[in-house]
Amino acid sequence: MQKSAMINNEIIRKRLAKRYAKERRFRLYGVASITISIAFLLTLLVNISLNGLPAFQQTYINLEVNLDEDILGVTSSSNDKEFLQGNYSKAIKSSLKTLFPNVKGRKNNKALKQLVSSSATYQIRDFVMDNPNMIGTTQSFWFLAKDDIDVFIKGGIDRSLPETDRRIKDLQLIWIDQLLFDQRLEKRFNFTFFTQSDSREPEQAGIKGAVVGSLLVMLVTMLLSFPIGVLAAVYLEEFAPQNNKWVDMIEININNLAAVPSIVFGLLGLAVFIGLFGVPRSVPLVGGLVLTLMTLPTIIITTRAALKAVPYSIREAALALGASRVQMAFHHVVPAAMPGILTGTIIGMAQALGETAPLLMIGMVAFVANVPQGIADPSTVLPVQIYLWSDSPERAFIERTYAAIMVLIGFLVMMNFIAVIMRRIFEKKF
Amino acid sequence: MMNKRSEFDVEINDTKGTPFIDNAKISARNVEVFYEKKQAIFNTSIDIGKNQIVAMIGPSGCGKSTFLRCLNRMNDTIQSCQIRGEIKLDNEDIYARQQDPVLLRARVGMVFQKPNPFSKSIYDNVAYGAKLHGLTSNQVELDDLVEKSLMRAGLFNEVKDDLHKPGTGLSGGQQQRLCIARTIAIDPEVILMDEPTSALDPIATAVIEELMIELSKKYTIVIVTHSMQQAARVSQRTAYFHMGHLIEVNDTNTVFTNPEHQLTENYITGRFG
Repeated sequence: MQKSAMINNEIIRKRLAKRYAKERRFRLYGVASITISIAFLLTLLVNISLNGLPAFQQTYINLEVNLDEDILGVTSSSNDKEFLQGNYSKAIKSSLKTLFPNVKGRKNNKALKQLVSSSATYQIRDFVMDNPNMIGTTQSFWFLAKDDIDVFIKGGIDRSLPETDRRIKDLQLIWIDQLLFDQRLEKRFNFTFFTQSDSREPEQAGIKGAVVGSLLVMLVTMLLSFPIGVLAAVYLEEFAPQNNKWVDMIEININNLAAVPSIVFGLLGLAVFIGLFGVPRSVPLVGGLVLTLMTLPTIIITTRAALKAVPYSIREAALALGASRVQMAFHHVVPAAMPGILTGTIIGMAQALGETAPLLMIGMVAFVANVPQGIADPSTVLPVQIYLWSDSPERAFIERTYAAIMVLIGFLVMMNFIAVIMRRIFEKKF
Repeated sequence: MMNKRSEFDVEINDTKGTPFIDNAKISARNVEVFYEKKQAIFNTSIDIGKNQIVAMIGPSGCGKSTFLRCLNRMNDTIQSCQIRGEIKLDNEDIYARQQDPVLLRARVGMVFQKPNPFSKSIYDNVAYGAKLHGLTSNQVELDDLVEKSLMRAGLFNEVKDDLHKPGTGLSGGQQQRLCIARTIAIDPEVILMDEPTSALDPIATAVIEELMIELSKKYTIVIVTHSMQQAARVSQRTAYFHMGHLIEVNDTNTVFTNPEHQLTENYITGRFG
């Protein structure tokens, strides 16, 4: 008896070493896979940040502009219409001319004018319209530099390349050096990026329109998908007859819908909302409707899972006290499932926020230079803006594309953060 | 398996003892319960006397909990469950078409095996039923009712300073008394208890047992228990179930000292179960 026990111990001990080795190996695999994931994530974030951060700065050029009546063609007593027709670019031209008097030839003069962005003329116009009494004086302005100048200042163009391979020509280099020497050229924080909408000129382009568009689309999606999704899930989970073939079929179809490619929802939205119901194209309303279709299955599935996880004893307790089924569901089961429901909803919303494909189908890919004022104004959304910029040939759009991605990621992180906080608030033990 | 069959072969045609009494609060006649095709309760008839504690004992799976849940129609929530026969509460058929299960459950309260307080404050746990049925008209009355119910459940002194802390933070025994307080707050006529102490330690069990005896002055109590000692301690009458059959009903004393049926004797002497 004693002997066989000793033999058994020996057998177990032998195997024990193997078992521990197996456990160590498994832990190693786990650490390795986590390290790889973090490495990928870091590479992504660092790459995006390095490329996107320059976009938060913008080169400005300082010019002394003579607001002469004869050059502008307006007087302090002009009306609005006359102000709008004033020749402000002539003022800028003459201002540059005073700085660089030796520039000769039509082509070179044109190149000189293109040191500053086309928005400079509007800047002067607005200044003159706001301060008509300043006409006749000389004022100092900081103008947006043209995108190529901006890219060069940020080091995006190599001046050692031969002139034919450079976007910035030798003559422009001389001007830029002169401006730098005179301290008339400096980098400032790029407010334009946050206060303007899309533009064909990179230096004037911003993401405000896309951000507002995204928020409006999210609002519509949230207001529709949360109540519809949660009510559908509560009905299916708490009220629908069990083992009924219709209910089973609905359940299977919801699960299938969650796996349908999002672009299909876009086509559906195009055919039904725009084609059949005549909702205008490119507006946040129709975007929200399409994204609601896409988000609903996610919300229904996660809500049902959350409801299922609520112990049956809570339901019994409520029913035994004489609560009706609706009271049971909404007084006890739904509040207990709330953390899960909210997490599911925010995951669905985060998916919707990053969605591009279905929105292309309903015209939200259009170039929209205005900030949408409501859910019926044409607009675009952040991911579509990123897509549009990534497709643009101008060099300066590259950094703006990355910067827009940073803003989008910022929004996603914020939403996940809210999800965590919501969970904390609603989480209760039972 | 063979052994069990031979025991089952003992005659169980009719319930032995005295299942019927005068002035019954609840009288069940020829109750049969099915889960889909499977029959869980066979032809069971029993009277439950007013202000009595009736204990239901028997081995696991004998149908005693199922029968208990018929008395407040909790089985309605299980879709596959079908009930035949007749159960009357004060001579009123509780399975009649016009009978509202919500109203019935306000009259027949239930305490479950596992304490299941709501994830709300202690106060809200007790006040919930009263609020649901609109039993109080103002805050003062409600406060009063909560205090009185907790008092009668023997919990008030322990929790009077923590009324607004979560009920789920109490100990198991306190949680179960909270569930009892919650049940008696709506002043039912009958309280059903489904193994109310099986998740509790002996001290908490003793507290609850005392409470049951106290409550039986006002309420009719039906308790399902695995503990024969508990049945002997608290109940006036005891019903023994075996594989869906009600084998024997009698005064608790008689059942434990002089059982009529062989199966009952086997069970209480610990030969199986």
